[in-house]
This record gives sequence, C-alpha cells and structure tokens, in this order.
Amino acid sequence: MNPSDLRFAKTHEWIAVDGTVGLSDHAQHEITDVVFVELPKAGRAVKAGEGASVVESVKAAFDVYAPVAGEVAAVNPEVVSNPALVNQSPYEKGWLFRLKPADPAEWDGLMTHERYQEFVKTADH
Amino acid sequence: MPMYKTPFNEFHKRGGGRLIDFGGWQMPVQFAGILAEHRAVRERAGLFDISHMGQVSVSGPRAAEFLQAVTSNDLTKLSPGRGQYSLLCRETGGVVDDLYVYELGAEKFFLIVNASRRGADLPWLRGRLPGGAEIIELSEAAGLALQGPDSEKIALEFIPGAAGLEKNQIMECAWQGAKLLVARTGYTGEDGFEIFGDAAALKALYPRIQAAGAVPCGLGARDTLRLEMGYRLYGNDLDEAHSALEAGLGWVVKFDKGEFVGRAALLGEKERGPARRMIGFKLEGKGVPRHGNEVLFDGKSVGTVTSGTFSPSLQVGLGLAYVEAALVPKDAGKGLAIRIHDRLVPAAIQAPPFYSKLSAVL
Repeated sequence: MNPSDLRFAKTHEWIAVDGTVGLSDHAQHEITDVVFVELPKAGRAVKAGEGASVVESVKAAFDVYAPVAGEVAAVNPEVVSNPALVNQSPYEKGWLFRLKPADPAEWDGLMTHERYQEFVKTADH
Repeated sequence: MPMYKTPFNEFHKRGGGRLIDFGGWQMPVQFAGILAEHRAVRERAGLFDISHMGQVSVSGPRAAEFLQAVTSNDLTKLSPGRGQYSLLCRETGGVVDDLYVYELGAEKFFLIVNASRRGADLPWLRGRLPGGAEIIELSEAAGLALQGPDSEKIALEFIPGAAGLEKNQIMECAWQGAKLLVARTGYTGEDGFEIFGDAAALKALYPRIQAAGAVPCGLGARDTLRLEMGYRLYGNDLDEAHSALEAGLGWVVKFDKGEFVGRAALLGEKERGPARRMIGFKLEGKGVPRHGNEVLFDGKSVGTVTSGTFSPSLQVGLGLAYVEAALVPKDAGKGLAIRIHDRLVPAAIQAPPFYSKLSAVL
C-alpha cells in the first residue's frame, strides 16, 4: 500500500480505506525487532483508541490502538508466525487486522501521511 | 540528574547506537538490532562497552584477609592471575552486589562491580576496611568485552598472550605503551575477553577490534545473551531483600572458609531452607514474559518474574522468577503459568542455562 493512500493516528497506526490497520514505518523503527504479535479475535467490536493488539520487541510491549471504531473483520495470520514482517513490510505484509468501520466519517479525523510525518518530527524532537 | 558517559560515547553515537539511561549511565541499548547483535555474538563476535562497570583496586598486606571477610566465595582458591565470581552480602544475607574478584599478584586484587552498585559498594567496602589495605576506585578507566566464538582469533591480533589465557584467568599486557588487564570471561555464555584499562588506549583499540570482525553490541543483546545462560542481573534478579541462597547462588557461598559478612544469617537460612527460590522457566505458549509478571503454580499465585525475555537463540519466551519455596515442589517441572497481559501462559520449570550450542534453533 502506498502510505499516501493511508490515514494515520497519533498513536502511529495506519488505516487503509478498506479498514486494514498496521503500524507506521516510524513506529516499527522505534519499536525495533518485533518478536511477538497478539491479534484481536475476528468479530470483536472496538472503539476508536481502544487497545486492539499487542506488538512486542525483545525489550518491551506496545499496544496497538484501533484508529477508528468498528468490528474486527479479519486478522493477518502471517504476522503471527512471522512477526518480523511488521519491520520488513509495515505497509504491506506486516498489516495486523482489518476493521469494518462503524462510522466512515472517522477517517476524516485522522492524519494524512504528509501531516503524520510532520507530527512525528515535532513530537519526537 | 546528570548522566555519566563512557569514553566510547561518541563512538556509540556515530555507530548509530540508541542511547538509554542505564543505572545513571548513557549506554547503547542497540546498534543494528538486538536480534542481529545477539546472533553475531553466538556465531561470530561482538564488542560491548563495559566502561560503566566499576573497576576497583584493593591492595596491601591485609587485602586478602579483608576480601575474604567481605565476599562470600573462598578467596584462598585464587592464585595470582585467576579470578572468581563472588558476592557482597549484608549481615542479613541479602545481596549488596555480585562481582568478579581477580588476584593480580601478591597483595593486589582487582574487582569488577555493577554500574548501578558503584555508589553502594564503595562505602560498604570502605566501612569495613582494616588498616593495611587500600581501596582505589579506578573511575577514569574504560572497559570492553569481546565475546563470541571468534574472540580468540580477533584478540590474538592485538594481545599475543590471549590464547594462553584460561577461563577466569587475567593477565597484564602492554598495548601501544599502555598497560591493560585482559581477562578471559564474560556475561554471554560464549568464549571471550574483558579488557580493562586506560581510556585513551581502549579508544584506540575499539575500532581495531571492530575492523577485525567484532560487531558493536548494546545492552539489549547483553541482556538476552546473559538470560539465555541464566546469569543473574543485579537490580532485576538480585537485591538486598533477597538472600544469596534464595537467588540460587549457594555455589559461591563458602561456609567452610570461615567468617564473612552474612555467614551467620545464610547458615541459619540454609538449615531452615530458604523461604523463596529462584527458578528458571520456559514458556510453553506464546508471549514474552517480563520483569514483574505474576507466577502461578497449580492456579495459586506463588511469585514474580524478575527477568524475562524472548530468547533469540531458542525462539521462545523464558526467564527467571522468585517463587515461594513451600508452594512449588523442588522436583516440579510442570504446572507453572505466567500472567502476561492478563493471559495465563503455561510454562515449564527448567534449570538454566537455557541455551547450549546444541539447543539453538537459529
């Protein structure tokens, strides 16, 4: 997926127009080597900002928050057996789960890739 | 709080190291990545900055007598050029620090203590110092650890006598006019050397060792490597509230040697049986155990994880934990569970080391 087609949350998740959610390249770089991924169960309803998944590096665990409210429609089984995909391919093979958004208007409240990159710059330094 | 920097701080920044606060020291947690560094040490060689560790000289006619009285291991087993792992214990048997004691020569000893305990150890030692022994903290000195199966080959390029050193032996050697101490030891389970001495000399040596094939490594890999061996980390697995026996370090507590600080308490504890016991465990389900996780046995809460990680060599979560001795039978192998993110993950009790060359899956 091209990052410019995605929207980003302040907590570093991206969401595609079809509801696919993953972690940004910046986030995977900060987290470092991902060694474990815990995904939500399909069918679970999540609120925007609710912890839906956990990604762990050797050093620490990181919560992954749902960028919008919705129901978990699918999860990525490959990332469970090969967590390094989150690092190697954050916008493609490293996707985590897919949401069926409850309110399509929530998309507009998220950052474009361009704005997210500015946000990362100002937030970190 | 001001952060201490080692002589290699600029090297770490230039080398892409991610710097963190470790016991008041600005240290690299990783360079290329913990998994890559871990693997480099298991398969080839890695280079660690260990300048944050305390280097202490103890000398004088009563130095041996003094160290025998304040450390738990038997100093008379040493001879010039040899070192031993040992402990400083409180009167209560709690651990003040774990350390290495080297005998350099007649009336001359060299201690390596934990960075986070330098401030506690020195007053503790000085408060028990008799006349006829002198303590000097070598606070300007630097330290490097070269670790991994290729270490000897690399060390031989700079230290001609390195091949003759046996495990836990130490020697003085001259390098570019500076006097260095080289010990065959480490904290990774691999063959390797720890090199101590003048900061300028070690700064000149660092890029040479790197060019010879050792990969710069950070504290992240140091932690996964030591935990695969079950080596204790002060502050996580050891503290003043847990005794040396509870920590499973009875093998360096030598009651037969005579009086030493903590002996009476530890002897009483040995006779009663320690209340808590340190165990090693390996997860039988998915997850990464962490310091502070609750440990359950037969459904009952029995203790706390002190160190946990994902093992890069074994591709499984493992760690160390204190459990109530009365609640977990000594021969128990199964029935343990670790609470990770409100999920109970079954685990097997296993005596470390977890890792051996034969057990690696990578």
